[in-house]
Amino acid sequence: MTDLTKYTLDEALGGMNKGDFTSVELTQAHISACESATELNAFVTTSFEQALEAAKNSDLRRAKGEIGIIEGAPLGVKDLFCTDGVKTTAGSNILDQFEPTYESAVTANMNAQGMVMLGKLNLDEFAMGSSNETSAYGPVINPWRKEENLVPGGSSGGSAAAVAADLCLGATATDTGGSIRQPASFTGTVGIKPTYGRCSRWGTVAFASSLDQAGPIAKTVKDAAILLQSMAGYDEKDSTSLNVPVPDWKASCGKSIKGQKIGIPKEYMIDGMPDDIKKLWDNGIEWLKDSGAEIVPISLPHTKYALPAYYVVAPAEASSNLARYDGMRYGLRTNGSDLNDTYARTRTMGFGDEVKRRIMIGTYVLSAGYYDAYYLRAQKVRARIVEDFENAWYKCDTILTPTAPSAPFALGRKVVDPVEMYLNDIFTVTTNLAGLPGISIPAGLNADGLPLGLQIIGKALDEDTVFATASALESAADFNSKPAKWWIK
Amino acid sequence: MFTAERVADEKDWIKGETGDWEVIIGLEVHAQVSSNSKLFSGSSTKYGAEPNSQVSLVDAGMPGMLPVVNEYCIEQAIKTGLGLNAKINLYSRFDRKNYFYVDLPQGYQISQFEHPIVGEGNIEVLPIDSDGNTMDLVTVGIERLHLEQDAGKSVHDLSPDETYVDLNRCGVALMEIVSKPDMRSPEEASAYVDKLRGIVRALGTCDGDMEKGNLRADVNVSVRKPGGELGTRCEIKNVNSMRFIRQAINYEARRHIEIIEAGGSIDQETRLFDSIKGETRTMRSKEDAHDYRYFPDPDLLPLNIEQSYVDDLKAKLPELPDAIKNRFMSDYNLSEYDARILTADKIKSDFYELVANGRDAKIAANWTMGDLFGALNKSGLELNETPVSAKMLGELIDRISDNTISGKIAKSVFERMFNGEGNADEIIEAQGLKQVTDVGAITAIVDEVIANNNEQAQKAVENPKLLGFFVGQVMKASQGKANPQVVNQLLREKLGL
Amino acid sequence: MSNQKNVVNVEDVKKIARLSRLHVEDTELQSLADDLSGILGWIEQLNEVDVDKVKPMTSAVAMKSPMRKDIVSDGGKRDQILKNAPKEDDGFFVVPRSVE
Repeated sequence: MTDLTKYTLDEALGGMNKGDFTSVELTQAHISACESATELNAFVTTSFEQALEAAKNSDLRRAKGEIGIIEGAPLGVKDLFCTDGVKTTAGSNILDQFEPTYESAVTANMNAQGMVMLGKLNLDEFAMGSSNETSAYGPVINPWRKEENLVPGGSSGGSAAAVAADLCLGATATDTGGSIRQPASFTGTVGIKPTYGRCSRWGTVAFASSLDQAGPIAKTVKDAAILLQSMAGYDEKDSTSLNVPVPDWKASCGKSIKGQKIGIPKEYMIDGMPDDIKKLWDNGIEWLKDSGAEIVPISLPHTKYALPAYYVVAPAEASSNLARYDGMRYGLRTNGSDLNDTYARTRTMGFGDEVKRRIMIGTYVLSAGYYDAYYLRAQKVRARIVEDFENAWYKCDTILTPTAPSAPFALGRKVVDPVEMYLNDIFTVTTNLAGLPGISIPAGLNADGLPLGLQIIGKALDEDTVFATASALESAADFNSKPAKWWIK
Repeated sequence: MFTAERVADEKDWIKGETGDWEVIIGLEVHAQVSSNSKLFSGSSTKYGAEPNSQVSLVDAGMPGMLPVVNEYCIEQAIKTGLGLNAKINLYSRFDRKNYFYVDLPQGYQISQFEHPIVGEGNIEVLPIDSDGNTMDLVTVGIERLHLEQDAGKSVHDLSPDETYVDLNRCGVALMEIVSKPDMRSPEEASAYVDKLRGIVRALGTCDGDMEKGNLRADVNVSVRKPGGELGTRCEIKNVNSMRFIRQAINYEARRHIEIIEAGGSIDQETRLFDSIKGETRTMRSKEDAHDYRYFPDPDLLPLNIEQSYVDDLKAKLPELPDAIKNRFMSDYNLSEYDARILTADKIKSDFYELVANGRDAKIAANWTMGDLFGALNKSGLELNETPVSAKMLGELIDRISDNTISGKIAKSVFERMFNGEGNADEIIEAQGLKQVTDVGAITAIVDEVIANNNEQAQKAVENPKLLGFFVGQVMKASQGKANPQVVNQLLREKLGL
Repeated sequence: MSNQKNVVNVEDVKKIARLSRLHVEDTELQSLADDLSGILGWIEQLNEVDVDKVKPMTSAVAMKSPMRKDIVSDGGKRDQILKNAPKEDDGFFVVPRSVE
């Protein structure tokens, strides 16, 4: 029998439709793949029994002609989405053993479309990190290994690694500053963060409410379109959810981009950008030109300030969003001498260093005397960044940039200066601040044979054009490298 | 903005050892919005349910839970703002107030800090002294009204070393109404709360039930030499009756004066009122200085209200206590005092209007206030629990005016009605209290009385005052049922007056 | 990249740790102060941006708040609410004593 895990989601759905294999067979194949890949540490929790049960039910539905858009597909879920009856940790000790009694809106939508959930994928603690090293459940290993272990990026490192290693046909992820796109770039996968408000945030553990947005990590652009379609949709339980129809994004993949104007922002050409990334970007420009698009130079003058603005806004919101983890109603409780001591012990034991650092930054920038200088100013800079994009849309339809400033780096690399790690998000964070859709497509390998991604940024709610452009880029790049499955002994 | 230009009336000054003092009072009243569900979740607000039975995942601060605004609460806040003659802010926003406490599951309270839904306004307050006399009208400025979530309830007496937490109240919508420091005596403060209560009840935006804590006040008190420099204020939390408000202010003002006169200084702090001891005491240690780190709640979007919506609410606003009072004075010719008592709240004014409808307004007022309110007061009942309905009271008055019974008999009929013996006609019938107007029957009684008191009858011509004696005797003989006019007329004839 | 100006001192760290209900060992105070100073110093480049007359952006979507009807549609799930509680009794959450 052929290895069912090598299929893309679209191919697998087609295979089940034709009756070539069942969801149970497909699910079983992926469970085996997961079982032989524990070394990657992609999962925090697996739910194989439930998955087989779900696959069985899916096959029964299919027999009755009830076929959802991801019917019977074995997928992974980032462990930030609350799942009814399946432990949800957010990669943190403080939520160890937390078992939600509710299902996040995103996974509920996917369940309604036939998802078979294999388990909960590892991530940086509370999605704070760019290397998956802040997880309380250990780091995820990038399937693209050289002599040493590499990070898969973060925070959706488990999602990216699992998809890259063919452990699942696709995975949910979330992106607050680049957490979908940077790991996609690091693992040779496709990842899209849609327009803010496309996917409901209800039931997803919050990091920074005004920036958090769910999206998929997938093997191909078309798979990403299918998955996003199954995740998105208006939700009256989320006040920031957009009440707009979910288009058939799959249909946008492969559409001609002839005559489309693609902006190249000069500010993204940063000092010290590695040559292979520069070259990749140039290749992207050529490929899109060849596809009939027009390349226009643009300026996004406040790009430089996006990251520092982000590091005010995100920690500020996080410091407040994470206040609920106090050991009183759920999660870890470490008893102290009195109430305040219990709070402090619980939170000190429960949170890792990076989370604590960000809570403290957030607390500082909101505290009396600093609010105007930091928080208010950052919100104003954020408004200027939005303005930059609005001005750019007069000249172009989408924007092409590299996804990340580097290829995947070594696990355990000593990072003395936290700011150095923050720079990973330099190209992705602007779209979070502006609420715009952004997709990362694998576009080539660097000199060391490691994957590199390119990013397409689109107008708000114009995922259509983003998918069309990404799909053109994907065809032109013809990226079909896969990591060697070294973890299979 | 601190507005403390007004100096208290001399009669409200407090005598200290170093001279006179005046007290400066501002209030923050928390009024629970009369909504079915909570401000940001669909769980019930009903009072007295089993612990944690009215809690949603949102109220419990579960991971990933998000708030959605209750439209009705916004409407009630605007209506209340209109009732306070205040500016309605078309743009307002919810902010997070960050602090840790066991009854605050999210680790922050959603409130409105920078952009409240209602801005400045003012109401007129008529304080009443301990003898019930009306004092001078005082205008109290409203600083703002904002919406916020209530917290849960901590129970400390179920275990010696632990606290039990019930989140049923958590997330219930409160309107915090902040006054300017415009009050100068305990009477002014309680009259202000009474007035607010009347307004929210008339509007139906809050039931005003202070016993259940649905309306409660934080009282800010400071003292100064009359017209002098302002002192440091203390905030007394959660005072839940008019009497306690007065007691707390009296106690707190005295405490401040004693400390200052002894050479000490007042610490700005939050205090609790102990209603049993009648004193205030410090509530929180200062070590835990608060820094609430307010910032706009990113889970919620700003409220952008249309002016037309506000105009529409304004047009549909029910008549407020002040307007009703003025109308009672002009339409029913009532005195200011009577009108004030009868418009203290919506239930009273509605009741009175039913009684007065088509009847003598003054008589209706006397029966409502004197007899009915007196009887209710004596038996500890509220007007909405009255055994004598407005219809019953009105029928009783009808029986007086159509001469079926005398005013005196009516008092006893009222007593029986109050005891649940039926309506006026049933009681009059059952007790045979119908007034006798038959001249023949009364003549017989008159003749008999004159015969029995022959001596006095002789003297009557010289001493017409004896008529009263004879009237009394006739009424007594008729058990009060004889028509007084007929009795009078017959006696005058027979006695030759 | 980061500017090692002393933005945050040890006293500040103590204060924000207390506000955040986090415990910081005395021996870690200085290094944490340095860390935070580095990050905040780097953030201070925001001062270069002209934000005169710019309205602060508070939400990523430009629409007015959606609203809910005043209907009781939730609650009555005490078992779910208490399911993950570290300690519960008789329908209550049980927590360390919260009065002095």
